[in-house]
Amino acid sequence: MGKVVVVTSGKGGVGKTTSTAALGAAVAKTGKKVALVDFDVGLRNLDLIMGAERRVVFDLVNVIQGTAKLSQALIRDKRLETLYLLPASQTRDKDALTEEGVAEVIARLRSVFDYVFCDSPAGIERGAQLAMRFADEAVIVTNPEVSSVRDSDRIIGLLDARTMKAEQGELVQKHVLVTRYDAARASRGEMLSIDDVLEILSTPLLGIIPESQDVLRASNLGAPVTLSEPLNGAAKAYLEAARRLEGEDLPVVVPFERKGFLDRLLGRRAA
Amino acid sequence: MSILDLFKRRTSAPVARERLQLLLAYERQSRGQPDLVSILREEIMAVIAKHVQIDQDYLQVSMDRGATMSTLEIDIQIPNKSAAPLAMAG
Repeated sequence: MGKVVVVTSGKGGVGKTTSTAALGAAVAKTGKKVALVDFDVGLRNLDLIMGAERRVVFDLVNVIQGTAKLSQALIRDKRLETLYLLPASQTRDKDALTEEGVAEVIARLRSVFDYVFCDSPAGIERGAQLAMRFADEAVIVTNPEVSSVRDSDRIIGLLDARTMKAEQGELVQKHVLVTRYDAARASRGEMLSIDDVLEILSTPLLGIIPESQDVLRASNLGAPVTLSEPLNGAAKAYLEAARRLEGEDLPVVVPFERKGFLDRLLGRRAA
Repeated sequence: MSILDLFKRRTSAPVARERLQLLLAYERQSRGQPDLVSILREEIMAVIAKHVQIDQDYLQVSMDRGATMSTLEIDIQIPNKSAAPLAMAG
């Protein structure tokens, strides 16, 4: 029985899709069978981030409506044999997803794959609730910024109330993944620190992904950053986060930027 | 503003943390409960409507939350024309 992990955030643009791709690829690299499911019906993007946008024939909605088989809709990654993508529909509206349909698809994926990553749409509406509905674990992607932290708190509330696990009296295991972290700004007191975020959300930390040009470059090229540039800072942080997700006890090091005397004096921004 | 302030770097993160802590404490508490302000608004409206005819738009109810105390602000505008009690109109 595979594990179902929802990647969610409430707020849009914080890095859910990028993180789904990077974490999924990192886990698949270890030989585990991984399926990435895009729940953002109408605004799919995981296919683009994965570089599979031209290979989409059938999608999640087709499978739920019975017009395609699951095996027909799953796209195998060209780089990793163990990595698969189930794209969202681009044309239909989000009401095309039914809870029964999603339940069946997730159950079938769970029986075949070791990990099923559900890339949630932004918001707290139906689509986001269906993405988290059958999750065993949740990765809450948060930027160290007030609106993102507030929305994450809201999502945590939903994870504790509206998921199948919560309704059965169990808990979805939650992890915070801080993305777009700028160590220089945090050290100058211009950005919420990791401690601030963790204290406010009182949820364990999965990792800290530094703000990085590499992530954008990876998106441009259509490759998860953990595959295209595994030695980069952001990629390393994702690879470590993936190991923690698999249960490894790996300490998180908060990125720190040492300020030189001149920087202090001039209040200079580190590049 | 003194000359010293020019050199002192303002840090905004502590402000952000405090604002968030305050806000989330309130939001967590009221989670799952119906919106208090809109209930108050509806009931106040019903009471006033018994005696004076006013438009929905003339009633403003807002709640300002503070650390130790919150203030409820109710602003009711009664236009002079329709200010006459219903009993007299009837």
